[in-house]
Order: sequence, then C-alpha cells, then structure tokens
Amino acid sequence: MYTEPLRVLIDELGRLPGIGPKSAQRIAFYLLKVAPEDAFRLSDAIVAVKERTAWCARCFNVAERGSLCEVCLDPSRDTSVLCVVEDPQAVAAFERTKAYKGRYHVLGGALNPLEGIGPERLRIEELVARIPAEGITEVVLCTNPNLEGEATAMYVARRLSGTGVRVTQLASGLPVGGDLEYADEMTLGRALDGRREVHG
Amino acid sequence: MTLYRDRGVVLRTHKLGEADRIVVLATEHRGKVRAVAKGVRRTSSRFGSRLEPLSHVRLLCWHGRGELDTVDQVEVVDHFRAVRENLEKMTAGLALLEVVDQLSQEGHADPALYTMLVGALRALADPATEAAVVPPAFFLKALVLEGAGPVVEACAACGRAEPEVELVAFDLTEGGVLCRGCRRGRPMSADALALLRRILGGGLGAVLRSPPGAGAAELAQLATEAMEAHLDRRLRAVRSAPNP
Repeated sequence: MYTEPLRVLIDELGRLPGIGPKSAQRIAFYLLKVAPEDAFRLSDAIVAVKERTAWCARCFNVAERGSLCEVCLDPSRDTSVLCVVEDPQAVAAFERTKAYKGRYHVLGGALNPLEGIGPERLRIEELVARIPAEGITEVVLCTNPNLEGEATAMYVARRLSGTGVRVTQLASGLPVGGDLEYADEMTLGRALDGRREVHG
Repeated sequence: MTLYRDRGVVLRTHKLGEADRIVVLATEHRGKVRAVAKGVRRTSSRFGSRLEPLSHVRLLCWHGRGELDTVDQVEVVDHFRAVRENLEKMTAGLALLEVVDQLSQEGHADPALYTMLVGALRALADPATEAAVVPPAFFLKALVLEGAGPVVEACAACGRAEPEVELVAFDLTEGGVLCRGCRRGRPMSADALALLRRILGGGLGAVLRSPPGAGAAELAQLATEAMEAHLDRRLRAVRSAPNP
C-alpha cells in the first residue's frame, strides 16, 4: 500500500517509546509533507546525537563523545558532594534549581525486582569506586520517590555503609502550591516526620 | 461507561504517555484489574503515592468499552509503610505481588487470594514477623488454594506414611514428599518437612512469629521452585532480589 521508504519510516517511528502504529503513521505523513530542509534538520539532529554524544566517563551523564560532561569539567563545582540520580533527565532537573553545586552520579535506572532489574544492571560499583578516588564526603540519594527509587536508595545506602561517607536522602514532603487536603497519606506522613523548627 | 467501587492491592505499574500510568491491581470482587491513572507521575497528582505497588486501596473506577478501566478516586486502606521502608520486607512483598499477578485473572474474582495477599502484607508489616518466612509460606498456601498443594503426610508415590517409611525427599513432578524407597528430586531434611507441615497444617501464625529455624532456607528454596514449576516461569522478584 505504501512505498518501501515510507513503510520503513513508519516501522521505525513505531519502535519509539510511547508511539503506536497510528501515531507513527501520522508523524511519517507529516514528515512527508514538510519542506525537505525541515526533515533533513531532524535526520541531521539524530545522526549528530548518535555520533557526538556519549556517557560521561566519570558520572555517566550525557557528554560530548570522548570528553567528560559539562558538570564534571566545571572547576567551580564542589567535588566533595555527589548527587546520585537515576537518569540524566534528573541531572537537568537539579541544574534548573541552581541550588546544587556538587557533582552527580547517574545510575542508569532503578532497581526493579518485578522486571528482573537487579543491582548488577546499575552503575553502583562505579559509584562505590568514586568515593575514595575523588575524596567524596557526602552522597545525596536523589532517586525517584516511588517503590523502585526507594529500593534503589536503600540498597545504595547499605552498599555505602562502611565507606565512611555521609549518606543523605532528599527530603520528602508536600509540593509548593498544593492543598493539604489532597495530600496522600504517605507524603503527609513523611512531611510530618521531616518537620522542622520555625523561628519567627 | 459504568462506575464501580472495589478494594484492591496495587501489583505493578507501567508508565503510559507523558505523565500517566497503567496500574494493575488484585481486587476483591473483580479479580485482576488494569486501569489508567491519569497524571499520576506528576508531583502535583491527587493520587500521589496511593497507586504505588504494595498499596492496599479503596477504588472508584470507570469501566468503559476498552481493555483498560480509568481510576477516578483512590483512598488508602493501608500503604504498608513498614514494608516499603525496609529492603528485605519490600523484596518479600514484591515476591508476593509477582505471584498474585501471575495467579489472578482479569474478570475472575478470587476473594480468597486477595484476602491471603492482604493478610500476608499485614504479616510482613508486623515487626514481630520474620520477613524471610512470609514469601515461602505464601507460595505454599497459594499452591493449596490453586489445588496444587504438595502432599506432605505420606509418600506422594507409594502412599505409605511415617513411621512405616521415612520421608526424605521432595519431588515437584510427584507433587510432594517421597520415602527412601521412592526418592527422587531433591533431598529434604526432617526440619524442613516439619516446617512445611506446620505451615500447611494451621501453624502458620506461630511460624511467622518465631525466628527462622533449621530448615527455613531449605523450605524457602523448595517453595520457590514449587511455585515456579506451577507458574512455568521464574520468579523475578525472588531471583533478582537485591542483597548487598
């Protein structure tokens, strides 16, 4: 029904996460209709990201191929504090806060026993090796606040016990701008646990 | 579109689109339910942590024409915080969820399995319970519920019981313990056999409250293998459990 190149494009788009056959078909026909330079800009971007982008050899954040990432190359960063995250998107989220000045370690996912993802699939041993090598004194566990993230944080904390490093975890609490009555019991309970003194 | 209420335990979740999740639950009256929870991955979601695996919840859902229902409202019955905040207990809890996910079917209510799961999670959350004993005990009880419980009082091959014969082995194909004359499969110690009989014979409560004695590790291995043979698949939550 379709030409070979169009069918291949639909098949390839359909393999992307969250893209079903209908969406793949819609995007393929959109690309067919747009100006050639617009379509080539997209294909060039895909080629460039595959050719020039890789994982940082130190923290496994995204980096220019053959180089460390921007955070690891920045001499103004505090090298004694390490923020442990699941994926590079979390690094971007922390960088947007402009509140964190340390470095990162990207685990490459989270423990998920139900999917058969154990610690050997994550970059935990690389993290352990960085502690003495870089003189790190504090590790901040910043995994997602869900079951997999919690399991990962507990495992990493246990793995780091005995190394002498201070292990902390992100505070858990209520989103700014929300109403208390809609807060779920777990979040509210943890917010209560983490309450702090107020000085008027 | 029909609206229904039920109670259920969240078994697993899958990401869907930008901020949604498909939530799989073992419910009391509808068996396994797969429903979409819209916006649940946003930090501002009104569902919050209520639809995380291990949560025991009261639900209000829409049932439409499609395969997936839609979660409208959720209240927590118990979020088993003591289970979530302890790696061993969480791993044990996930093993229960995986087994129930495999045993339960959509559209077929199994209130006994649901009740057993809630009871096992409550036992796990109890500080007096030895977490390591809960999954094997649950596997064995679930096998009995499925009509695939092991024969433990007499040799599964020749039918002779103690003291006429000594029961020394366990074979999954034969479906229970075997005497010295019929033995095949794996060897079984007297301690493991005694523990197996206590679990299946009404003594589970006492077993859960006592420290894991001799034979507990052996029975755990045996129960896992028996459940895996019944399901015809490996239990990921047991085999890839994180043990630092």
